[in-house]
Amino acid sequence: MTARTTTGDAGATTVPAATLALGDDALVLAQRLGEWAGGAPVLEEEVALANIALDLLGQARVLLSLVGDEDELAYLREERAFRNCQLVEQPNGDFAHTIARQLYFSTYQHLLYRRLAAGDSPLAGLAAKAVKEVAYHQDHAEHWTLRLGDGTEESHRRMQAACDALWRYTGELFQPLDGLDLDTEAMERAWLDSVTAVLGRATLTVPPGPRTGAWSAGAGRQGLHTESFGRMLAEMQHLHRSHPGASW
Amino acid sequence: MTASQAALEAVFDAAVAADERIEPRDWMPDAYRAGLVRQIAQHAHSEIIGMQPEANWITRAPSLRRKAILMAKVQDEAGHGLYLYSAAETLGTSRDELLDKLHSGRQKYSSIFNYPTLTWADVGAIGWLVDGAAITNQVPLCRCSYGPYARAMVRVCKEESFHQRQGYEALLALSRGTEAQHAMAQDAVDRWWWPSLMMFGPPDDESTHSAQAMAWKIKRHSNDELRQRFVDIAAPQAESLGLTLPDPDLKWNEERGHYDFGPIDWDEFWNVLKGNGPCNEQRLSKRRKAHEDGAWVREAAAAYAGKHDGRHGNDNHGRDDAHGRHDEQHTHTHGEAGA
Repeated sequence: MTARTTTGDAGATTVPAATLALGDDALVLAQRLGEWAGGAPVLEEEVALANIALDLLGQARVLLSLVGDEDELAYLREERAFRNCQLVEQPNGDFAHTIARQLYFSTYQHLLYRRLAAGDSPLAGLAAKAVKEVAYHQDHAEHWTLRLGDGTEESHRRMQAACDALWRYTGELFQPLDGLDLDTEAMERAWLDSVTAVLGRATLTVPPGPRTGAWSAGAGRQGLHTESFGRMLAEMQHLHRSHPGASW
Repeated sequence: MTASQAALEAVFDAAVAADERIEPRDWMPDAYRAGLVRQIAQHAHSEIIGMQPEANWITRAPSLRRKAILMAKVQDEAGHGLYLYSAAETLGTSRDELLDKLHSGRQKYSSIFNYPTLTWADVGAIGWLVDGAAITNQVPLCRCSYGPYARAMVRVCKEESFHQRQGYEALLALSRGTEAQHAMAQDAVDRWWWPSLMMFGPPDDESTHSAQAMAWKIKRHSNDELRQRFVDIAAPQAESLGLTLPDPDLKWNEERGHYDFGPIDWDEFWNVLKGNGPCNEQRLSKRRKAHEDGAWVREAAAAYAGKHDGRHGNDNHGRDDAHGRHDEQHTHTHGEAGA
């Protein structure tokens, strides 16, 4: 992947190649969360899930616009050209799966944006704004992890199953990101500490399995996705693709 | 009627006559209370069911900007449902009870949401026409005699007007777009126009609740008056959109100072209201399924709150705790904190 160069008055700024990956993460998770609309377990969660989806979509639009035209990038790339991690493309499943996916991802995104906000990359400004949103997302996911983990027997069983099922997709989050100077090993340790603590408080056990699938480490970042992703894109893109060149 | 009841009623009537607001703790006639519960609940249900036809297009919205606008709108609708259930609860009912009545078909929602969203343009047509009709209905409710309902309407109307403008703007983009987009917009307006006119309810001589609601200043204008007002606003807007309305009888009447319009198919209206519209079954099933599928989540939240109420007293997420639970369990959960 090559970094796009944008020229402004102040001269050329190089956008890190990882910008596309971070934009795709936010876009794809927003799309998944959008599938919940009208189907959430309580009305307050209709509001909360839509709110999180909107924040993520907002982040995606800023990030993709740094790379090129947001709609071209969202609607006219095929599956192999998407750089999102596999975690965010995982189907919603039941509410526990959605919460486990959100816990893993928001914890990661919070660590990432805090670091980016403190740095001097072209993403620092965006990260400083997004970090407040992401802190809310993480808080929301943590509270639900506690309620489901330490709720009823059934909710405990479902939450544990969800945490276990998604665990293998979390290793990918700490692959180095092209063009960003991040201590991903330190991030990974902080992530493990944070998630381990929340799972413990929720009376859940840290999943025993490996944090990567047989060949999935970094796969999403290379455009290698899971099977449900293509179907998600087909739905997302079909209308835009049916009217080439139209504006909306 | 006893003498003291007559006195209470006189105070109530005087307050209504003086355009004062009735508040939750004020005495009110039973029928006033029951009528308001029915109307506010139906309004709340409409917001909740009304999320479905639009949510149907969130994952397919053709640009990221439109997707964001649509998501925000559907989120607002859930919020409106929440305000309205709260307003209804001030009258001594509960959200759970009202949702139960919705799910069992004992309370209605607006008939408009029983029509399907078949193309992207339907999202624009809903914003322009359906929200436009809703606003025409709801703006006078901001002066309704019951305070909590009137105040909820002030907030709802602000957001609805914003949605309506966005709907109009989305249709305008289609109307001025490619030939296929223009045709898509016209087709959507053709399908949504008459159902939108039906949103104002039956004609005045067939409207069972109207006279009393007007006497109590819950309603300020008759169904037919509001419908006329809506047509007068929408007809010139259609022209500036470059779209036609599917009514050969629609034309400006200089003498009346209003648009004349053709007859409404009331058979269709009553049929949809009875549950035989294109999507009645689908809308209610989806709502029931969301509620049933979510039962274990609500139970988990309640169980968690039961264990941790003492330690997480300020946790504002705790408000989710008792949704969907029976009153008995509700009391138990909150009454025996830390038990």
